[in-house]
Amino acid sequence: MKIHEYQAKQLFAEYGITVPAGEVATSPAQVAEIARGIGGPVMVKAQVHVGGRGKAGGVKYAADAVVAEEIAGKILGMDIKGLTVTKVLVTAAEEIVSEAYVAIVLDRATKRPVLMVSSEGGMDIEEVAAKTPEKIHRLAIDPAVGLRPYQARNLAQKLYQAPKLVRQATDILMKMSDVYWDLDASLAEINPLITNSKGEIIALDAKITVDDNSLYRQRRIADMRDLEAEEVSEVAAREADLSYVKLDGTIGCIVNGAGLAMATMDLVKRYGGEPANFLDIGGSSNPQKVVSAMRIILSDPKVRAILINIFGGITRCDDVANGLVAAFDQLGPTVPIVIRLVGTNEAEAAAILADMNLPCAATLDEAVKKAIELAAVPVTA
Amino acid sequence: MSIFIDKETRLIVQGITGREGSFHAQQMKEFGTAVVGGVTPGKGGTDVAGIPVFDSVEDAVAATGANTSVIYVPPPFAADAIFEAVDAGIPLVICITEGIPANDMMKAYQHVKAAGARLIGPNCPGLITPGAAKVGIMPGSIVTTGNVGVVSRSGTLTYEAIWALTSAGLGQSTCVGIGGDPIIGTNFVDCLKAFQEDEQTEAVVMIGEIGGADEEAAADFIKNHMTKPVVGFIAGTAAPPGKRMGHAGAIILGASGTAADKIAALNAAGVPVAGSPTELPALVKQGLDRVKGWPEAISGKRQPGGECCAKAQSTADAFSVHASEQSVVPEMVVCPGLSANKKDVTE
Repeated sequence: MKIHEYQAKQLFAEYGITVPAGEVATSPAQVAEIARGIGGPVMVKAQVHVGGRGKAGGVKYAADAVVAEEIAGKILGMDIKGLTVTKVLVTAAEEIVSEAYVAIVLDRATKRPVLMVSSEGGMDIEEVAAKTPEKIHRLAIDPAVGLRPYQARNLAQKLYQAPKLVRQATDILMKMSDVYWDLDASLAEINPLITNSKGEIIALDAKITVDDNSLYRQRRIADMRDLEAEEVSEVAAREADLSYVKLDGTIGCIVNGAGLAMATMDLVKRYGGEPANFLDIGGSSNPQKVVSAMRIILSDPKVRAILINIFGGITRCDDVANGLVAAFDQLGPTVPIVIRLVGTNEAEAAAILADMNLPCAATLDEAVKKAIELAAVPVTA
Repeated sequence: MSIFIDKETRLIVQGITGREGSFHAQQMKEFGTAVVGGVTPGKGGTDVAGIPVFDSVEDAVAATGANTSVIYVPPPFAADAIFEAVDAGIPLVICITEGIPANDMMKAYQHVKAAGARLIGPNCPGLITPGAAKVGIMPGSIVTTGNVGVVSRSGTLTYEAIWALTSAGLGQSTCVGIGGDPIIGTNFVDCLKAFQEDEQTEAVVMIGEIGGADEEAAADFIKNHMTKPVVGFIAGTAAPPGKRMGHAGAIILGASGTAADKIAALNAAGVPVAGSPTELPALVKQGLDRVKGWPEAISGKRQPGGECCAKAQSTADAFSVHASEQSVVPEMVVCPGLSANKKDVTE
């Protein structure tokens, strides 16, 4: 789960990492008030869950509160990579002497968290990583032991020469490691980590992503979730315990299992259709989940046909069939539905659905082609 | 023979009194697996469908001589269950549980490796050796004994592939679901290595998905170390970057982990990649025909990086262009290395 910059900064600050003074706002008037409180020039920063905000025009400098209010009017409501900006962070504009990059990220290859530092931080860190990978220093942290102070110090020395800065940076890296483990993060990143002419090190930006699997024991983080920053249908799906991702096509997909759900989307595309979503109803065969899945997909006005593809293992096909009957009763779908139910209790499922006269298909390829064909039929008013 | 599990497998079930544990313990027993015991702290001395329950893995091992454990305990306790199994001396641990925190898994993984044990999963369907043993949740009804090895990151997609093989008359040696999490105990390369060494296995089906770089590592291994034909399928061609597709590991981050990259890497290693799971059997048959008609391949004389691979590279280049166009999934890509007649290659 991603949290916003202002939330990540608050957490870093609690661990003793210095961040610029600032507050979050939802209106230009509020921005002006915060800017007056800070006094002097400020930065107005869009709070959205995508990278590249700066390049998209979502981060601006304002010389005073009047300018800040004007800029906030432009940033609030702005669309950045499909997400609408509803919140901005207003912070004191800091004087920048140097910009570094520091991050701890879960590394699948070493199966450890990897601490990465580079003295060339800032907006172009991805380019640095691609073109001059030797400028990024890495260390795999032993999960049983944690980050040792000498390791942090050695990396801090890659960033700074002055002993005072090295000491501060070592401390920051140790604190980031604490954040990473304490909050079950999969990413803790500061970019840029700046120095000013007073010799202070400040986290100018902050990013923390927390492992979804750990949210049950990270209640405080779970409560930080910004529902406004997500698709309404994705929020509804999570509440129904369904794994759902909204896409732009016309073929709604209801599938059991993530791999099969992806393969089903791939085949829709392969045979000339466009999937409307990824949806995995999971391993259990609770009929209520089928009803919820159907409701979420029908709420997408672009959907012209629904493809239900179930390969029963743990999931019992008759449970899914019962869910479908309930969904039809409760929702009365108006788009055509193609069903493929194979595996555990397949015959029982066929008997339950026999009266409903739905188009069925034996193979996955057949089912996909049928759904595309039906989606192409114009809707009669 | 088979890989990892066989008739010598003596299995205990951790979490046997839970809903999933009790149901699947019985399913595994019905399949013919020697389920010798179960573990639920506080329920020692009872039984589940005739299977004795113990308070600890240590007790279960002492009483039954178990050599394999399967874990169905809930996510907050599952990593600890892995530690317990390994510390009791179990050499093979299969963890079915989905949703274990990655931080817990990193510690468990390190412990498993230090002990020299093997972990399969977590968040996996387990494995099945037709005619011998089933450990996990795969439906036993879809498999049949044969010589095709199956390894996959997915669950139901694996069933789809197995069912396609069985329907086409192609039986399996062992089917392994390695799991969809970022931290897993056994990866593609581990399984491919085992299949290459296994006498019963003559061809391998490998089912990957977006995210990570395990498929690329597998391609590298196949190119340099495998003489048996491997065919693939990669799920997630239509997946958008940055969105997690159900599995914690199935996410395209930045420019890495895309289906197109993985397909290109496999093609370059001489692995044809099916456009649909239903096309896998035909590719396997072509691979097996090649082995039968090309004796050098069986006796292991095929040199890595030789003529076959060089030609495969150029074919792969052609197809990687295909794969990068989002709307076109590669058709059944048949690499020259899998063609029985070399003349076909040049046409």
